[in-house]
Amino acid sequence: MTEQTDKSRKPLLRSLAATALGCSLALGSSLAAAADPVKIGVLLPYTGTFARLGESITNGMKLAVEQAGNKLGGRDVEYVVVDSEAKPAKAPENMNKLVVGERVDLVVGPVHSGVAMGMLKVAREENALMIIPNAGLNVATGKLCAPNVFRTSFSAWQTTYPMGQIAYDRGYRKVVTMAWNYSFGKESLAAFEESFKAAGGEVIKQILTPFPKVEFQSYLTDIASIKPDAVFVFYAGGGAVKFVKDYAAAGLKGNIPLLGTGFLTDGTLPAQGDAAEGILTTLHYGDNLENAADKAFRMAYEKAYGKQPDIYAVQGYDAGKVLVKALQATAGNTERDALIAAMEQVRLNDSPRGPWHFSKAHNPVQNMYLREVKNGMNDVIAVAAEALEDPAPGCAMAN
Amino acid sequence: MDLSFLLIQLLNGVQQGLLLFLVASGLTLVFGIMGIINLAHGAMYMIGAYLAWWIGAQVGSLWLAILIGVPLMLAVGVLIERFLVGTLYQRDHLYQVLLTFGLILILNELQSILFGNDPNSVPVPELLAGSIQLTENQSYPVYRLAVSAICLLLAAGMYLLISKTRLGMAIRAGASNREMVEALGIDVNRLFTLIFAAGVGLTGFAGMLAAPLTSVYPGMGDGVLIICFVVVVIGGIGSIKGAFFGAMLVGLVSTFGPVLLPTLASVVVYLAMALVLLVKPRGLFA
Repeated sequence: MTEQTDKSRKPLLRSLAATALGCSLALGSSLAAAADPVKIGVLLPYTGTFARLGESITNGMKLAVEQAGNKLGGRDVEYVVVDSEAKPAKAPENMNKLVVGERVDLVVGPVHSGVAMGMLKVAREENALMIIPNAGLNVATGKLCAPNVFRTSFSAWQTTYPMGQIAYDRGYRKVVTMAWNYSFGKESLAAFEESFKAAGGEVIKQILTPFPKVEFQSYLTDIASIKPDAVFVFYAGGGAVKFVKDYAAAGLKGNIPLLGTGFLTDGTLPAQGDAAEGILTTLHYGDNLENAADKAFRMAYEKAYGKQPDIYAVQGYDAGKVLVKALQATAGNTERDALIAAMEQVRLNDSPRGPWHFSKAHNPVQNMYLREVKNGMNDVIAVAAEALEDPAPGCAMAN
Repeated sequence: MDLSFLLIQLLNGVQQGLLLFLVASGLTLVFGIMGIINLAHGAMYMIGAYLAWWIGAQVGSLWLAILIGVPLMLAVGVLIERFLVGTLYQRDHLYQVLLTFGLILILNELQSILFGNDPNSVPVPELLAGSIQLTENQSYPVYRLAVSAICLLLAAGMYLLISKTRLGMAIRAGASNREMVEALGIDVNRLFTLIFAAGVGLTGFAGMLAAPLTSVYPGMGDGVLIICFVVVVIGGIGSIKGAFFGAMLVGLVSTFGPVLLPTLASVVVYLAMALVLLVKPRGLFA
């Protein structure tokens, strides 16, 4: 009899003990969560063509967090940094490493749109929170938009759509467009073509060059023989430096006006020198915005890193600002839904680029500026489009 | 499409082919003649370009930068051969691949630490800064033509060295039968150090000469590596003549291909390689 009770009691005791242990573990972890640092995964390129972009974004983001006393909602911050190498094939594995392996609270990245596709796949499967500080592929806040995906930069559409009308207004009717042959390049050209055609212009040739090759000589000869009214291009980084210099060296500068997205002349002007003078571009930032927030940002950045910030630094800075504000609102709570709700409410009225907020698709609603390269600066000569919102085609959250 | 268009494109193609020969010549020596798979070829090209930029900025002249930079690259080549590559001759190719892949990572990191990640430009030497007007709206930079001339001279020099001199004979013999050459009393180890260093030096020189044309930026060597292997394979492994004509072929194909067949722009070079290998499986001049 006693033996029997003993037998029946044992499992009960064991399960009680297990419950108690479980409770204390759960309690312990939730207590620890408040004191634990906020874990931010950073997946950006630190080697290769886009290394400088990764560096700028990281600098900007860290500056914003430092200005908030190195705390997010009262908690310390821990960065887990992974070099994306701007290689799309490695993106899902790297993202998994951060989300599943390191259990980060959110991931900031990437620069390259191809990498973004790989990250988005994992983010959607794991419901991981992600902030894109650059990659502008339209679908990220379009067809593939998701509650857990935010972007503090731009969509390809936003950066080139305003230029179509501007080109037409300047009297250009026949234009050749040119870009690297990958999704972001093609999306950039498509948005320009959309507004340029709507205004009444004609794109007489679209040239797509293999990515990331930088041999342009034969295409420039082609353009010279076509003699368009203007040329509209997307290139960035080392490719942008080479293209602008080749364009001038081939004698086309001064003969055929060169238009582009702002990336053609951003962070590259010192290397491009005189060859870039006079190029017209559109972007959500410029060198003489003359607002107090921009001046303060530039001074703080220069002091911290010993050089002038670029557009990528601004996007990183704003990603940091969004986190500071959102976690302030949740008092350090990184629980997914609460944090997403807080981020959606963030309005950055003091961004260096001018005020902006997230659209329903989680892409910035922001000003686009028309800039002209003068004396080695991207001079803002007009607001090309005020509070421009990406149409987010195919996004269920927006429509 | 008129005649002047075709002629200018022909000039573009020849010019690109010559530059490609210069870039691939270092790989031809090391891979083609010594049989070492040097994946760090592109990274060494990048280091050359960075040296041209950095030294050039200190001394104010590209030519002086090259005079200082090439011996530096030669020294780097000697060190790498003596202490790294040279220890692997007896082993499988896979070890060379592993080693030189590691070198890529190290060289890229060194570039990032020493020179930063900004894209930089190297000014064209003043003497060659002008350009020649070709048509009413197109001109050709003199520097590009000068680089072509230098490449031609170098090609001729290499050809003569390898095929007509005693040293060249030893190099060719050492590549095809190492033991026999050793038995004849030639120090093959020293010979291989020399060739490897020359290969690195040439690659660095190519990077320096190309720097004003391409601009200098992280990862600029990545694409170079693959196209250089294509050139060497098309030309036939181990043949300087082959590398020259392989480079010309690739230059012309990648100039005319994208203009005439825009949809095939990114594969046209590899199609050409496949065609050549179908007809001549060992390359044009093997």
